[in-house]
Amino acid sequence: MAVKKFPIEAGHIMMFARSVGDANEIYYDSDYAKTTEPGAVIAPPTFVQSSAQFDPDYFLRPKIGQEWFGSGKEATGITKKPESSGGGGGGGGLHAEQHYVYHKQLQAGDVLTATTQPGKTWEKEGRRGGKLMFSESVTEYRNEAGELVVTATGVGVRTERPATST
Amino acid sequence: MALKASELTVGDSYEEEVCRDLSRTQIVQYAGTSGDYNPLHTDDKYTTEIAKYPSVFAHGMLSMGMTGKMLTNYVGDGRLRSFGVRFTAQVFPGATLTAKATVAAIREEDGESIADIEVSTVDEAGTVVVKGQATAVLDA
Repeated sequence: MAVKKFPIEAGHIMMFARSVGDANEIYYDSDYAKTTEPGAVIAPPTFVQSSAQFDPDYFLRPKIGQEWFGSGKEATGITKKPESSGGGGGGGGLHAEQHYVYHKQLQAGDVLTATTQPGKTWEKEGRRGGKLMFSESVTEYRNEAGELVVTATGVGVRTERPATST
Repeated sequence: MALKASELTVGDSYEEEVCRDLSRTQIVQYAGTSGDYNPLHTDDKYTTEIAKYPSVFAHGMLSMGMTGKMLTNYVGDGRLRSFGVRFTAQVFPGATLTAKATVAAIREEDGESIADIEVSTVDEAGTVVVKGQATAVLDA
């Protein structure tokens, strides 16, 4: 993933806070936010995940004019089963881990860029048999001054066999 | 309000119910704000017929986001230095989640007081769905 421009918008922060059920006024009201220690509308701790919105190639968003693997008339919109079914973290599969390191306060009005590099990969035997393949990706979010704001490390896991219910 | 190092003890804990009877609509809301439109989270037809899960389930990042709300309510706005989790079980609609922070250590680093915090979120059956660590800056 590479995001050239990830504007940290107050409206987006408000909607994101609503979606995680966070009623803290610092995410909703800039007048209130001025009275807090940060002094501004700040981003919730997992907000940078929503940089996917600004990634033109993000594979888990339907693209205009293209087939989508979710259901329409049929259970999937494409005949070939997708090789990877998601996970905000590493190289597809399910999302196994997510880690953030916060270097600077992220607040409404900031504009970030994001660059992602592959990290470690490893394998583990699954509890129900079959190999689990883990892969890490490391995303650096920088502000307009080039300063590191957040480092995000995601770990995705894939199974050799299709997932079964637990 | 930030935590004070002088008033904090290793083993102190804080917990919060972060969702009750998780709705499919909230999962849709999260898909919309995060931009992760994976049909596994919102499209029951695809998820049961193609991906063979019993139903749609929450984004791991929704569980982490709700856990983060508990953390920021505990340590104060803008006080987190790190936050990392493993997703240990899937969260399905109807889940009621309780997130808990436990102070594991209080230490000094570069002239600041830092709390190391263990984090875990459990569902109504007591199954751990999110497990991790955070660090936060304390007042003196």
